[in-house]
Amino acid sequence: MAKTKTNTEDYLRMYRQMMRIRTFEDTANQLYLSAKMPGLTHMYSGEEAVAVGICEALTDDDRITSTHRGHGHCVAKGANFKEMFCELLGKEEGYCRGKGGSMHIADQSHGNLGANAIVGGSMGIATGSALRAKLLGQDDVTVCFFGDGATAQGLLYEVMNMAALWNLPVIYACENNGYSEYTKTEEIAAGSITARAEAFGIEAFKVDGQDVLAVNELTQKLVARCRKGEGPFFIELETYRYHGHHVGDINREYYRSKDEEKDWKENRDPIIRFRGYLVSEGIATEDEIEAMNAEIEKDASEAVAYAEAAKYPDVSEVDMHVYAD
Amino acid sequence: MREITLSQAVNEAIAEEMRRDPTVFLLGEDVAEAGTPFKVLSGLVEEFGTERVIDTPIAEPGFMGIAVGAAMTGARPIVDLMFGDFIFLIMDQLCNQAAKIHYMSGGKLNVPLVLRTNMGATRRSAAQHSQSLQALVAHIPGLKVAMPSSAYEAKGLMKTAIRDNNPVVIFEDKLMYQDKAPVPEEEYLIPFGEAHIKREGSDITLIATSSMVQVAEKAAAILSKEGIEAEVIDPRTIVPLDEATLIQSVKKTSRAIVIDEGHQSYGITSEIASRLNEKAFYHLDTPVVRMGAMDVPIPFSPALEDITVPTPDRVIEMACKLCSGEMIHAA
Repeated sequence: MAKTKTNTEDYLRMYRQMMRIRTFEDTANQLYLSAKMPGLTHMYSGEEAVAVGICEALTDDDRITSTHRGHGHCVAKGANFKEMFCELLGKEEGYCRGKGGSMHIADQSHGNLGANAIVGGSMGIATGSALRAKLLGQDDVTVCFFGDGATAQGLLYEVMNMAALWNLPVIYACENNGYSEYTKTEEIAAGSITARAEAFGIEAFKVDGQDVLAVNELTQKLVARCRKGEGPFFIELETYRYHGHHVGDINREYYRSKDEEKDWKENRDPIIRFRGYLVSEGIATEDEIEAMNAEIEKDASEAVAYAEAAKYPDVSEVDMHVYAD
Repeated sequence: MREITLSQAVNEAIAEEMRRDPTVFLLGEDVAEAGTPFKVLSGLVEEFGTERVIDTPIAEPGFMGIAVGAAMTGARPIVDLMFGDFIFLIMDQLCNQAAKIHYMSGGKLNVPLVLRTNMGATRRSAAQHSQSLQALVAHIPGLKVAMPSSAYEAKGLMKTAIRDNNPVVIFEDKLMYQDKAPVPEEEYLIPFGEAHIKREGSDITLIATSSMVQVAEKAAAILSKEGIEAEVIDPRTIVPLDEATLIQSVKKTSRAIVIDEGHQSYGITSEIASRLNEKAFYHLDTPVVRMGAMDVPIPFSPALEDITVPTPDRVIEMACKLCSGEMIHAA
């Protein structure tokens, strides 16, 4: 781990948030497997330290843009399970009244501008949010989450160019989980990922995305510098996706081995690593952690039960919200 | 009343709204010191500075996406897209992002932005700088589409668009930038979804958009001399569309030609003609006729280009056929 004990409460919250993401995803996966969830979803499991390390460095006024693999970002930015599960099940009480679903979940109240089902689709939105902050003299920072696969989209280079020209308070957070859908990243990305940002004069960093403290420490520094007008920045976070591209991607040995998955899960899991650190540093006992896990588990099952029983939107809502008043 | 050009009208509308609301800003290629290639925005950077009149790199999807994000978080961007043809470059940001965000978020996020761009052929600019692509965006729920037909409409519609809480696409006709029209000095707005009856008539309705309003008016003046009184209606906005005014007119005249500079197939003319057929069928004496641009890429050669778009002569010819009861099924 990157740092010794400095703030017990912060550390426990980071653990809790990572565990909440893992529990949310395990529960969502069960909903899919038991055919209770309409459509497909993309699991964030394995990448928890990225979303939590970054979002714990942000305030509710700071914005994020998320991706199709977005539940982790949503939880990390402060969303509640109840409204999230309602959204996943297409219910009226969901964050988007059931109109967005897993791939468009947004939580305006915590500054989450939404997941985006177009790979790379939110890079302009994040950069525009940062331009608005600069234009209106507001000091919030925007983080743009995207995957290694999205580095192949041209939009990234157009907006990084403008963000650099105009010194915008935006952090481009590239979650490199090794796979662009069903293809190894090395087969779709030539050269270095950080060099792409450096070409625009943007300071770029590479960090172990399985180490929540390393991610958080770096992000805190970059957020503070963004607020001083020193942005933009770029971070490549090395991480791993435990599930397939989506929940239905079960047989994936044609693109990656079970040994590789086992190695990441057993030796580099962000939650197991951080839990070991909390215990060895005397920040929490095993019992306290188990109690926290059980509480999160209970929260998730109650939220799912609530969402399953919740109402679908009335059919009269189908043509509501096409246009704003 | 004073007369100003369409270009000055757009400029005035934007300047007034920028003075009124500090969250309004402009971005696009060569909008600042250059004031765009058509010089529509000249002078704005001197008043509002480069913070609010922002020159972008040549990166249409990038600055369109940036405008969407700025709009979602509290600003009101006006995006300047140098040519309407470049809409193809920004389709994802306009149609997958801007148009859908309010709906996908269950009404929690708004995207109040204006995309101002242009349309219109016969400028010898060939196939990639001459298209009229309003049908393409009118097809996507969540976008509003305005098509000013003179300086008066250009100003009033622009001001309304800037205050609207939705993405609005405004198509200006490139050939009309220097056309003058009476424009009041005092402030006014033109509400969306209210068609304007430019000329009353009892024999045939000519529904025309943007550049085609002048074509329809010229045709109507000549038809009048031949004893045919045409009613000319400008819908002013395609989305929302003032269907009621169009239907009411057709019920009165029993005949209609719909004229728009976009390609005829699957176009604005097709949509309006269909609605009239569905909702005024028993009042019609003849089929509703569409007159759009030919279904060909716009050619460069003047000899070819000029025949691709509707002209007053062609409108007159068709109106005479319809009013004489001639069968026009082969038209």
